Amino acid sequence: MTVQTPNGFTLDNSGRRIVVDPLTRIEGHMRCEVNVDADNVIRNAVSTGTMWRGLEVILKGRDPRDAWAFVERICGVCTGCHALASVRAVEDALDIRIPYNAFLIRQIMAKVLAWHDHVVHFYHLHALDWVNPVNALKADPRATSALQQSISPNHPLSSPGYFRDVQNRLKKFVESGQLGIFKNGYWDSAAYLLPPEADLMAVTHYLEALDFQKEIVKIHTIFGGKNPHPNYLVGGVPCAINMEGDMAAGAPLNMERLNFVKQKIDEAFEFSKNVYVPDVIAIGSFYKNWLYGGGLSATNVLDYGDYPTSQDDKSSDRLPGGVILDGKWEEILPVDPRNPEEVQEFVTHSWYTYGGGREDIGLHPWDGVTDSHFELGAGTKGTRTNIEEIDENAKYSWVKSPRWRGNACEVGPLSRYILAYAKNVPYVKAQVDDALDQFNHLAGTSLTARQALPTTIGRTLARALEAHYCAQMMVDDYDALIANIRNGDLATANVAKWDPATWPKEAKGVGLVAAPRGGLGHWIKIRDGRIENYQCVVPSTWNSGPRDAKGNIGAFEASLLGTPMVNPEQPVEILRTLHSFDPCMACATHVMSPDGAELARVTIR
Amino acid sequence: MAALETFYEVMRRQGITRRSFVKYCSLTAAALGLGPEFIPQIAHAMETKPRTPVLWLHGLECTCCSESFIRSAHPLVKDVVLSMISLDYDDTLMASAGHQAEAILDEVMEKYRGNYILAVEGNPPLNEDGMYCIIGGRPFVDQLKRVAKDAKAIISWGSCASYGCVQAAAPNPTAATPVHKVVLDKPIIKVPGCPPIAEVMTGVITYMLTFDRIPELDRQGRPKMFYSQRIHDKCYRRPHFDAGQYVEAFDDEGARKGYCLYKVGCKGPTTYNACSTTRWNDGVSFPIQSGHGCIGCSEDGFWDKGSWYARLKDVSGFGIEASADRIGMTAAGVVGAGLAVHAAISALKRARYKGDDV
Repeated sequence: MTVQTPNGFTLDNSGRRIVVDPLTRIEGHMRCEVNVDADNVIRNAVSTGTMWRGLEVILKGRDPRDAWAFVERICGVCTGCHALASVRAVEDALDIRIPYNAFLIRQIMAKVLAWHDHVVHFYHLHALDWVNPVNALKADPRATSALQQSISPNHPLSSPGYFRDVQNRLKKFVESGQLGIFKNGYWDSAAYLLPPEADLMAVTHYLEALDFQKEIVKIHTIFGGKNPHPNYLVGGVPCAINMEGDMAAGAPLNMERLNFVKQKIDEAFEFSKNVYVPDVIAIGSFYKNWLYGGGLSATNVLDYGDYPTSQDDKSSDRLPGGVILDGKWEEILPVDPRNPEEVQEFVTHSWYTYGGGREDIGLHPWDGVTDSHFELGAGTKGTRTNIEEIDENAKYSWVKSPRWRGNACEVGPLSRYILAYAKNVPYVKAQVDDALDQFNHLAGTSLTARQALPTTIGRTLARALEAHYCAQMMVDDYDALIANIRNGDLATANVAKWDPATWPKEAKGVGLVAAPRGGLGHWIKIRDGRIENYQCVVPSTWNSGPRDAKGNIGAFEASLLGTPMVNPEQPVEILRTLHSFDPCMACATHVMSPDGAELARVTIR
Repeated sequence: MAALETFYEVMRRQGITRRSFVKYCSLTAAALGLGPEFIPQIAHAMETKPRTPVLWLHGLECTCCSESFIRSAHPLVKDVVLSMISLDYDDTLMASAGHQAEAILDEVMEKYRGNYILAVEGNPPLNEDGMYCIIGGRPFVDQLKRVAKDAKAIISWGSCASYGCVQAAAPNPTAATPVHKVVLDKPIIKVPGCPPIAEVMTGVITYMLTFDRIPELDRQGRPKMFYSQRIHDKCYRRPHFDAGQYVEAFDDEGARKGYCLYKVGCKGPTTYNACSTTRWNDGVSFPIQSGHGCIGCSEDGFWDKGSWYARLKDVSGFGIEASADRIGMTAAGVVGAGLAVHAAISALKRARYKGDDV
């Protein structure tokens, strides 16, 4: 049957059904079903979130100052961004202004997370959709060395001997017959297009990135004590500064600690400049004819904006927010997270109920309701606890469907880069144009930003460019931090409103973050010093959510349509495009009913 | 069973020299807190022991344990994955998906029956017929039980698998349940923490592979080598606790001098973990060093034991040398205000001595 969705897509579920479950190399759990036509082109796509943890009800009745740690555990991959959204929401509700040092330290921590998350995503969660490690065994290490030096002349690890050593190690590993994480991969698939020398370069960088990713997070360890899950604080940051006084050596931040931070920032800058960005451009250029996967990004994108240079001035966001609809890059609409008519969530096709015949309405997060309601449609094949094929005409996901004024939007680094490019943010404009020049040079193409960005490759490229922009911004933030300390400002926390007795009886706030996977918002209501309601609208919810009441499809489903599969038995193309979003399903599906049982308060006073 | 290669063979074949191998063994001994006399024993074990398949399953979790694991500095995680274990199933890292991924489980369970390690990150929810966590169209708890059946041993990574963690915090809407309450007939090594320290995770695995036995466990099932002392016991700020020098508020003079965080809620006195000794991320720091109190993330039910910023109180009971086992006997299953801590007694005494009101 063929259906025209209101947001301009054609769905046809008559062809052969393909099920991918579990969809691996993501955070959390999801399932994807598609229908392919006689030519193995995807004509229908169904995205199902397959886990649900229920954190918001757990938060009800708790101390708002504790919330950051609970919501931080929504996700250990984008670790810290939920904590940051939480402290921002509480500070917004209680009108707490944090010290400038704390602002800068949080800025650096957010970018460390984005940088780390993007690098680990590309090399360890996504690369194997483009790179064939078995094919790397056929490479001539001299050719890899030449390739490396041509695309990135400043990376020191580029000799033929270096690549030969890696190849030997890989060869022995493969010959052992115990392939570990590479086992049952699709290495015989014609979907892989890299020449062997590029495969060897990418596999080598897989290992280099694995070694380096543990270094950049040490900035979190210094500011937040550990990673994953560094510590945050309502009112500022917990890491006090002592540059020259008594016992500075035992203080959280002193000259030695800050030097450590600076060194890791510089190392990260070099890595994204010399390894990550060149790799994505080079690998992408070999897939120049595979320009699928754009989906919603060609029309509707959203972000709240973040990374301001000025603490109190939203217009100084280095990645500005806004909404683009219908592909009108020249018309960027403002987003107001407080307006009840703008951001809303729908549950028509989600395993929740709004009750009272309100299944098809949208609710703003401050008024959010989410009662779990697991039921499968009549068209389901299999049983309640053994689903063979899901029925997308009924409820079919643990993820809700967020909409902006009723519009499905894609969020993420690509959305931010489309917004920034459309707004002519100089750094982003130069970065994108430069990357496209290199891409076109390598590929022999002449793609424009409008053609290249709304694709799977464009999504992956935007993430790499954003990572390097984050490294650049970290350099700037660090300089600003040192300048502020030099001026004599050592403050890291504002504790004037630490005591709940100083709070109003009722308050509500919102905390927004440019999280690695897209715009993240936390909405909190506080009453009598306790959390009354807490709702998160999460990037992967925007992207992976099911259809809404009107039949609009979300970003995941839209991105797969029209993609030809080389062999439907081997879901390389599905993995490639869904991975380009960097799905985070624990994030997407944590919401829970505020109607849940009242907490037993166990508080030590 | 197929002939498995030894670590040593694998490492040599992958181009690692004998000299580097011996150095590796000595680093491993040091990481495990073993003296140099153990180096030959480790080397011998590595030369003769096969590479063990590991099946790493994910239930309800946030993937922080996997993220921590890949941060391991010694050994490097690439060496663990390429040379020490055969990580045949791990849905976060594995190349294959869908039925090709699920086929691996069947193959390894058959081929290495009784000889593979099951590592579990997260936990199974039991409400809604287990369908709050679906793998391959079926409840995760089914997959867990199926793979556990023929495992040699189970590692419960992190506080989710060990205790339930955040999704099991009151009112635990999904009935998220720790592994040991679902799998009753297998040795289970709990490695709690949210997440556990990377080098603790690889240390536990290295120990098991090197000595071919599970490490000595306390009554709760935690390896004694990493979980037998409180963070407070070896905290570098402990002298300030004993001297009655406290941070009274964040960013006060005491905070800048690195005074004890007890009064702003530090749970170090009741938390068993290696944070103050092994420290985090290659030994760079740990929460207290960075100015925030310990939130007790490796303790059972820590989410429901009160605010991070409420100071420990109601102290009574055992003395300074109380072991984890004795606390386990006294406080097993007890959450909340009753936890007894020697340290807080001395704090109260100290404060009284000073004439302060704590």
